Amino acid sequence: MKIGTPKETFAGERRVAMTPESATALQKLGHTCLIETGAGLEAGFSDATYKDVGVEVVKTAAALWKAADVVAKMRAPDATEMKRLREGQTLISFFSPVADEKKMAAAAEKGATVVAMEMIPRISRAQKMDALSSMANIAGYRAVIEAGNNFGRFFTGQITAAGKVPPAKVLVVGAGVAGLAAIGTSTSLGAITYAFDVRPEVAEQVESMGAEFVYLDFEEEQTDGAATGGYASVSSPEFREAQLAKFRELAPEVDIVITTALIPNREAPELWTEDMVAAMKPGSVVVDLAAEKGGNCKLTVMDEKIVTENGVTIIGYTDFPSRMATQSSNLYATNIRHLMTDLTPEKDGVINHNMEDDVIRGATIAHAKEVTFPPPRPKVAAIAAAPKKDKPKELTPTEKRDLETAAFKAQTRNQVTLLGAGAALVLGVGLIPGMPASFMQHFIVFVLSVFIGFQVIWNVAHSLHTPLMAVTNAISSIIILGALIQVGSSSMLITLLGGLGILMASVNIFGGFLVTRRMLAMFQKS
Amino acid sequence: MENAFTIAAYVVAAILFILSLGGLSGQESAKRAVWYGIVGMAIAVLATLVGPGSGLWFASLVLIAGGAAVGYQLATKVEMTQMPELVAIMHSLVGLAAVFVGFNADLMINYIADIYAAEGLVMGAVGDNGVTAVGLPKEIYEGLSAFGQLIAKKSSVEIGILRVELVLGIWIGAVTFTGSVIAYAKLAGSSSKLPIEIDTSAKKLPGGHLLNAGAAALSVILLIMYLSGSGSWALVLLTLAGLFIGYHLIMGIGGADMPVVVSMLNSYSGWAAAAIGFSLGNDLLIVVGALVGSSGAILSYIMCKAMNRSFVSVILGGFGGPAGEQMAVEGEQIAIEADGVATALNEADSIVIIPGYGMAVAQAQQGVAELTRKLRAAGKTVRFAIHPVAGRLPGHMNVLLAEAKVPYDIVMEMDEINDDFPDTDVAIVIGSNDIVNPAAQDDPNSPIAGMPVLECWKAKQVFVSKRGQGTGYSGIENPLFFKDNTRMFYGDAKASIDKLLPMID
Repeated sequence: MKIGTPKETFAGERRVAMTPESATALQKLGHTCLIETGAGLEAGFSDATYKDVGVEVVKTAAALWKAADVVAKMRAPDATEMKRLREGQTLISFFSPVADEKKMAAAAEKGATVVAMEMIPRISRAQKMDALSSMANIAGYRAVIEAGNNFGRFFTGQITAAGKVPPAKVLVVGAGVAGLAAIGTSTSLGAITYAFDVRPEVAEQVESMGAEFVYLDFEEEQTDGAATGGYASVSSPEFREAQLAKFRELAPEVDIVITTALIPNREAPELWTEDMVAAMKPGSVVVDLAAEKGGNCKLTVMDEKIVTENGVTIIGYTDFPSRMATQSSNLYATNIRHLMTDLTPEKDGVINHNMEDDVIRGATIAHAKEVTFPPPRPKVAAIAAAPKKDKPKELTPTEKRDLETAAFKAQTRNQVTLLGAGAALVLGVGLIPGMPASFMQHFIVFVLSVFIGFQVIWNVAHSLHTPLMAVTNAISSIIILGALIQVGSSSMLITLLGGLGILMASVNIFGGFLVTRRMLAMFQKS
Repeated sequence: MENAFTIAAYVVAAILFILSLGGLSGQESAKRAVWYGIVGMAIAVLATLVGPGSGLWFASLVLIAGGAAVGYQLATKVEMTQMPELVAIMHSLVGLAAVFVGFNADLMINYIADIYAAEGLVMGAVGDNGVTAVGLPKEIYEGLSAFGQLIAKKSSVEIGILRVELVLGIWIGAVTFTGSVIAYAKLAGSSSKLPIEIDTSAKKLPGGHLLNAGAAALSVILLIMYLSGSGSWALVLLTLAGLFIGYHLIMGIGGADMPVVVSMLNSYSGWAAAAIGFSLGNDLLIVVGALVGSSGAILSYIMCKAMNRSFVSVILGGFGGPAGEQMAVEGEQIAIEADGVATALNEADSIVIIPGYGMAVAQAQQGVAELTRKLRAAGKTVRFAIHPVAGRLPGHMNVLLAEAKVPYDIVMEMDEINDDFPDTDVAIVIGSNDIVNPAAQDDPNSPIAGMPVLECWKAKQVFVSKRGQGTGYSGIENPLFFKDNTRMFYGDAKASIDKLLPMID
């Protein structure tokens, strides 16, 4: 199969979907690689480097689209490219099935297959193809760098001969891939980093990156991120209020705010309000990674950097990965290469578009003249549902007392029920007509002994359960008394059976007690 | 029987037995508690010998001495790793003794009835007041043994009750007997000294629980026939039914559930003794039987709780089928050699060791104890985490570690140590599997879902000493072995630890 990568047509896009390195790997799968002349130039890959590894350099985009069986690119195709797409061709690129619905329908009508990189399911096996994550990683890193570029101070605190420099305080909102990358970069530069996310289960990840997780004083049944494939979902108004109040409290302190909060297929939630920007110190920087979806800060202007009246810089670039074209091209090309590996299971250059495969099925939005979006739920849950953790809650004295009273009441109720049932049983036995009193006497002894047994055994230490069994085993040979009483009978058979009983029970008595003593003697303190 | 001295001695013995069980609440008081038990037993036996059992006292003493010799041999020769087998086989003796004593009671009833018939009287007929039985002529009565006299005084209602009691005693005794023998064979595995080979896995005859239910129903029918005077053959059949139930019930239970089975059999042997106590009118038998019975019942309950399974499901055998498809385990098991483990141990500050049945099988406890001593000498914190159902007997691991002279104050229960794993540098799993299986928490479809487990995967590094890649007793894949921080230290536990020892400094 011929895999071709055209030059990106989107203005300002510098990345490329094939690198000389990925081309080498693709050729090993049995494919032939094509590239449009100059496609990799802005990402730092000249035509010559492609030629060196055996990639055919094609003069025009039209020729490339015509020749290639599989077109791999970054951005969704524009109108011209859509025209060039033909039946039987496979297109692999970022392709939002929601925003570009018409294009998706058109592609399906033409009989082309479209694999949308943002639709790769988030399961472990597909991580190597997850281009959203690899791009978000870069965006997170770059966001900190851009912030630093526009921030007039050091990140790390220093005490120098020329005076003391306080460390910068960075707040990262949203601890997804981009957020975690930003946290990592920021902490490694030495800033004091705080992070917030609506999913409390990521606190551990945040803390592992060296940042401090900002907890809210808020109790709510929060949706487990696992239920939504690891993405955040919309939160309730009360929760939002609590969150905004916390941010207002933090706004005057922090120097750099990086917001990365995105909810799939929705406008970005407003998290950093105008009054928070107003409360920030002059010279502070806000980097809004959600600018493309309207921004987490309403002041953000998409693709631009603005400075507010009180001197806060707000960066609304949407092309962070493109600003690091070499790095992002490398990662994206590797993602594509892994996808191609899955599509070419035999490594013979023949593509097997297996719609039974969760990953391939999930990412394919048009195939065999049909729109195949949305995909069915994957067979494997994206992330194991995290067990609900009981947060150790500080109880107020009244709550504690209430709990204790409730527990006490429940206990009393339990006990009274048990006692009632027990008494009814005993009385019932006593009421049976003709029940001789001699039996009842023994019966009372029996009931009391069971009762004592239950009281006593609960206190036995776990580690002594084996000795307990040995002791109870030894004393259960009290059955010897029965045999002893009977053995004196005049009947030969009775005497014989009784004798056997005595023999066996006494084996047990001595064996049981001796072994218990042996065991107990071994337990010793350090 | 009317001997006041004997009854007084029984009271003393009963109190001593209660103290003996109560004293097991701590390691130190337990040493005293065993003596209470021994003295209690001695008093009970002696009081019976001078009182109602004085008939053949010398022969009885000889038999007791013979039993003592066998018991002594058993108790001193047994390896601590074989403790579960020993306890199981000893239960079978109590069960069998109960069967014999029960049969004796039946024989005695028939014997007395014959005497009545010979005298032209009817056994159990009541006198004018409607309660007291019409007795035998004085000279015949005096000639009977103590037990015979007891029966001779009973009215027909009392004899009916007596029969129910002795049937219960025989039946429970029979179940206990075969059940314990099977449990012994399963615990002993291939090293079984029994003539028949018994598989350790759960096995049922075709028909499964229906067979058990059928045998139980048959027992009830036979009981009714016996009570209505069909004769001793019904009792013999009833015993056979009990023997069959004991055999089939325990055959159907897998080796991993043996802690519950052993404590359950312990409970049964107690109830059998109590039932016999009723039929003999002996209060001490009743008291002790009830104590042992309730103790075994509580132990079974604790074990079941530790496995998050209901008692019924354990007794009915085997693990229930999974509710749905289990989570597939991704990743691979990464092996490591002794030097790697040694390096990690030398660098670690806090270490938790999780022993399981595999340690007992490999007899590795001495090596583990030696390892612990060396690590502790190097100033590291070493602790043991014991799951309630680790091993094949309640408290099995504690006994093994104690035998190897591991101090008991560093041996922790699951609840004491589970929260400490995140702060632990190295966790070493030796021969345990299901009790450290994270699927119990993560995978709702796992057969062991909800069972409390030791969360060793939260430690910074986990080493698993294991013979090979196979699954545990329950046959469940363990995701722990595939975790990033887990390394598999393959090989026999004892050999592995011995290899490791010289490398620790």
